[in-house]
Amino acid sequence: MGSREIILGNIAKSLKESALVPSEPKEIEIRLSAHSINTVPQRGTGDLEKQTALFIAEAKRVEATTECIDDVDELGGVLLRYLAGHNLAGCVKIAPNALLKNVNWAKHSTLTVAQGIAEDSDQASLSVAVAGVAETGTLVLHSGPESPTTLNFLPDNHIVLLPQSRLVGAYEEAWEMLRVGGKTMPRTVNWITGPSRSADIEQTLLLGAHGPRRLHIVILNDKKSS
Amino acid sequence: MQSTSRNFSENARHGIADEKLQAALSRLSHGFPLKRLEAMARLPEFEALRDDAQGIKEHTLANLDTYLEAYETRVIESGGHVHWASDAADACDIILGICRDAGAKTVTKGKSMISEEIAINEYLEENGIQPIETDLGEYIIQLRHEPPSHIIAPAIHLSKGQVAETFKKEHQHLPPGRNLDEPRALLEEARGELRRKFIAADVGITGANMVIAETGTSIIVTNEGNGDLTQTLPKTHIVIASIEKVVPTLEDATTILRVLARSATGQDMSVYTTFSTGPKQAQDLDGPENYHVVLLDNGRSKMLGGEFHDMLRCIRCSACLNHCPVYKAIGGHAYGWVYSGPMGAVLIPGLLGLAETHDLPGASTFCGKCEEVCPMRIPLPRMLRSWREKSHQASLGSQKSRFGLAAWAFLARRPALYRLCMGLGVSLLALFGRRGRFSALPLAGGWTASRDLAAPEAGTFMAQWKQGKR
Repeated sequence: MGSREIILGNIAKSLKESALVPSEPKEIEIRLSAHSINTVPQRGTGDLEKQTALFIAEAKRVEATTECIDDVDELGGVLLRYLAGHNLAGCVKIAPNALLKNVNWAKHSTLTVAQGIAEDSDQASLSVAVAGVAETGTLVLHSGPESPTTLNFLPDNHIVLLPQSRLVGAYEEAWEMLRVGGKTMPRTVNWITGPSRSADIEQTLLLGAHGPRRLHIVILNDKKSS
Repeated sequence: MQSTSRNFSENARHGIADEKLQAALSRLSHGFPLKRLEAMARLPEFEALRDDAQGIKEHTLANLDTYLEAYETRVIESGGHVHWASDAADACDIILGICRDAGAKTVTKGKSMISEEIAINEYLEENGIQPIETDLGEYIIQLRHEPPSHIIAPAIHLSKGQVAETFKKEHQHLPPGRNLDEPRALLEEARGELRRKFIAADVGITGANMVIAETGTSIIVTNEGNGDLTQTLPKTHIVIASIEKVVPTLEDATTILRVLARSATGQDMSVYTTFSTGPKQAQDLDGPENYHVVLLDNGRSKMLGGEFHDMLRCIRCSACLNHCPVYKAIGGHAYGWVYSGPMGAVLIPGLLGLAETHDLPGASTFCGKCEEVCPMRIPLPRMLRSWREKSHQASLGSQKSRFGLAAWAFLARRPALYRLCMGLGVSLLALFGRRGRFSALPLAGGWTASRDLAAPEAGTFMAQWKQGKR
């Protein structure tokens, strides 16, 4: 008998000898497919204006920076200003995301953008979030052809475009967005709440442990188009 | 790792006498517990979420086999592999096999207490594969060949000076005169050292805070981003998870995540919460090509439904350590194994047996703080008491303590004699003074060497009661 059978056999035996009452198979099936929602904090409810304000405040609490733009084409200028502000070269590795196709990068002669996965030498990256969760100022990104995961972790500076139409109050709403159309789970879903940090040495909180030292969130006002 | 739990008393004495450790432990008191309170104050639904979280775990444990099988099916559907391991040796062999198939020379690792439990690092090293811990705290203690002293802050027992010494000794290729006085310099050095290793590694091993039956997903929660570099860059990702980590749905995992970081570090949410499902998909541009899960039992299936069943709800947040007066006095190494504090004192005897570990359940004042702060409302004091009873029944423990208990039981069953002795004791203590605390007492050096004994205020409780003082 293999370990699988031994372990499952031990579990079944322990359950049988205990006072625990297993559910009917049908109940389990329903539980796994119904996606019932448990308690959701009240602060994750309210209209988009309120949630946007909360998202910005919560992101700030976790040391992320935010700014708002009205047109995606403003991104080039945003990147240049941000990089200059941190004394960085005007090079950014960007996600091959459909939303970024409308940006005219060429009009900024001092900005170099390249699409693809992150390399160790990349100083800055630009990704597009699939959701933003106001409850804790959390970004939701997931792997896929439009969003390489390495962009989220390797470069020192991570810049994320968050369309305001994708801003929700609670994490559960982000799961529902992901499930639309019966899509399978992406290989990875990343919840990102602020830049990387560690307090492993004498409990001193320091930003920039292994992941990005800075996280900059650009909220795109796309309410009219959505 | 090899347990030294049998030397608990000696370990504890070492801890109390270690000034650097004491300074580190006093920092702990002002850190996590205060931040936890702040986070709770910002979330009025915290208690309701605790109830939900407890309910989710209870339901899952009562159907553990069903959920594990559902989880396994989903992992396989997503292109991953599931391996079942009865014990540590089993798990080590499985992991070594996967590493060999991958032709691995180096393996990066995210922080995982399960991997400490099975001592995978030693096993890989013996077999010519180099494991590299990447969590800053774990990296430091790996260089020092020490076990973790705290389940979420493994190097909490060290001062920055000790870390600097370790780095100077181990990073010989760097200029010896470099300044490592500040935590920032230490962090930067570790970041620089580990960056190359992340990129060169052939396999990445992480633990799992939870696994999800609905989707076949494993979750890791980190602040540094090391777990993500560990599982994104190498060609093979191995997840090691114990069987009680399964929860039904993404929503259930979400509820538990809402209480996890708040109870642990006092953050509302950890920086990186990562949900991984299978290997790189057809259109993905990066990510591991192979995804393996090792499901470890190591004694847990036997705890299920029994006296220590509730311990299986534990989500390893460390709130019980952070609030335990005993942990904060002796530090984590005293417990002699991977786990420490109240959760360790309950879990270690369950996993290693009482014969080696019978002193651990004694490491409690029964103040009840651990149960009060536990997000899963695990009755830790009740279980510590059960272990003490079992240990007494099995005639374990020192002769002295067994004699003391027997003498106390003899007296407690004879109220008149008990009152007489107590009255005598109080009068005797009164000879040494009636105010405050004793810092030294004849014949009680074992107690007063490391703590004060409260002086009796007046007569015994019964005597005062009779006098109408209520």
